[in-house]
Amino acid sequence: MIDLSDFLILGAVVFSTGVAGILFKQKNIINMLMAIELMLLAVNTNFIAFSHYRGDPAGQIFVFFILVVAAAEAAIGLAIVVLLFRNRRTIEVADWSELKG
Amino acid sequence: MNFETVVFYVFAALTVFAALRVITARNPVHAALFLVMAFFSMAGIWILLEAEFLAITLVLVYVGAVMVLFLFVVMMLDINLVRMREGLWRWVPFGAVLAGLMVFEMVWVLGSSDVSGGKAAVKHAADYSNTKELGRLIYTEYVYPFEIAAAILLVAMVAAIALTSRRRKDAKSQVIPDQIAVSKADRLRLIKMPTEKRAQEKLDSTAGVAR
Repeated sequence: MIDLSDFLILGAVVFSTGVAGILFKQKNIINMLMAIELMLLAVNTNFIAFSHYRGDPAGQIFVFFILVVAAAEAAIGLAIVVLLFRNRRTIEVADWSELKG
Repeated sequence: MNFETVVFYVFAALTVFAALRVITARNPVHAALFLVMAFFSMAGIWILLEAEFLAITLVLVYVGAVMVLFLFVVMMLDINLVRMREGLWRWVPFGAVLAGLMVFEMVWVLGSSDVSGGKAAVKHAADYSNTKELGRLIYTEYVYPFEIAAAILLVAMVAAIALTSRRRKDAKSQVIPDQIAVSKADRLRLIKMPTEKRAQEKLDSTAGVAR
């Protein structure tokens, strides 16, 4: 018998992996985008687990919309990466410091 | 330990392994392929949670479209692997401590309390269609959010194309305002030149003689 908390712990582990990935791969923007995808996957798993255990399909609708927004985010993010690479010839985040942020 | 439990633990272990490889792989192509594996394993867990439609969507949309996009970009950009390795380990202790703390907190809270309230999951009948239920909800209750989602996708597509499309410098194109604003003096030049009168007269006179 798998409990709801098992799915939530799996989600927490994958989410923490994504957070650690953002810190590990501070130089490479594409790896940072992949870590963000991992975090979104963990969040979606939590939504679906709650939806299943509470018998409410609204959680799955929410996951559907998260997938839409994540696809749009990935497309625009990668377009910006391509644009920056074309202008600066690098994908290292530390080299993009015009805004001095 | 029944079959479902075994499937859950196998898929969960594969997902966590793939996720760890995503953040530790040196080569971005390997990281992208391990992310594909993480998505696949998580889709299996979603099917275990009776969310078949979303599991198939995850495989089709994410593995089929988004990850292919990632791989395209990774392979198109000329990434310097040697430079990327420098300073890779500086942030590892901090990130590991942060992630470990987060996992510890969640396991502590979720493991000690009974989140589901002792209630077993609602098992649906064999003829229950998850896709049908989601479709009914999306096209009735959530129809406006659905249309906004469509608009978001359209805007994202236009933005991605507008950001990356590049005009050739030697491309020829019409400039319509310039064409409309043109005046007669810009295009037409009247020049005075002498007509060759004498030759014509000579021709006429010879013609008259001959007649």
